[in-house]
Amino acid sequence: MRRDIFQAIADPTRRAIIALIALQAMTPNAIAENFNTTRQAVSKHLRILTECELVKQEHHGREIYYTLEIEKMKEIDKWLAQYRKIWETRFNQLDKVLSTIKKQKK
Amino acid sequence: MTNDLLFDFTVDKATKKVFITREFDADLSLVWDAFTKKELLDQWIAPKPMKCKTKYMDFKVGGKRFYAMVTPEGQERWAIQEYTSITPKTNFKMYNAFADANENPELPGSEWDHTFSEQGGKTKVSIVIYNESLERLERILDGFTQGMKMALANLENLLATLSQK
Repeated sequence: MRRDIFQAIADPTRRAIIALIALQAMTPNAIAENFNTTRQAVSKHLRILTECELVKQEHHGREIYYTLEIEKMKEIDKWLAQYRKIWETRFNQLDKVLSTIKKQKK
Repeated sequence: MTNDLLFDFTVDKATKKVFITREFDADLSLVWDAFTKKELLDQWIAPKPMKCKTKYMDFKVGGKRFYAMVTPEGQERWAIQEYTSITPKTNFKMYNAFADANENPELPGSEWDHTFSEQGGKTKVSIVIYNESLERLERILDGFTQGMKMALANLENLLATLSQK
């Protein structure tokens, strides 16, 4: 099943995890130490973030480190910029409609 | 065309809300009509090269608008809106959902809140869109870009064919 990427970043704990590992790659234990929840809860958040491809795992010896997929984060912003663009286009079209009507009224 | 008109677009990912504010160089009743009458709405709501066609629109509380965004290839993407609250020339709210061609909505949809105000001959419109799932927005965008990509792909094919001759 495809995960909803926006649902993923809507959760405050997951946003905090993203902020943490944006600074450095971390093991699940090190990440969990920052939260008042269980290790399992943090693992679940990490699984969702992994499924959304927002984070990826790197194996160093026996340890697993989580790192942030910066490109995927940028993708979200790019996508929002496109949505903004649609509204700009729409409103510019409305400007034209309004000015046409105003001229007709005169 | 003067483009010093206010335009503000922000997204709050945490509350899943999109805030859009825009000023228009026209009086309130005209801008209100442009948002609430289908003849006017259809003229601007679809970003080019898309087109909008409204099958019917009944602007009253509990009334609905059933419409489609049409790609340049003629592909139709239907949606249905239900008006949940109307304060004439001040505010209206609606619930928007994608639908099939037989008016069956695909839930969940999004909640829209429009507020209008006039100052010094200019009209300000503030729109707040709440999406239960922001993935819906992604789908909207996919639809729009799809239309443009298809147009470009057609052009590429045409150019390729022509250059082979």
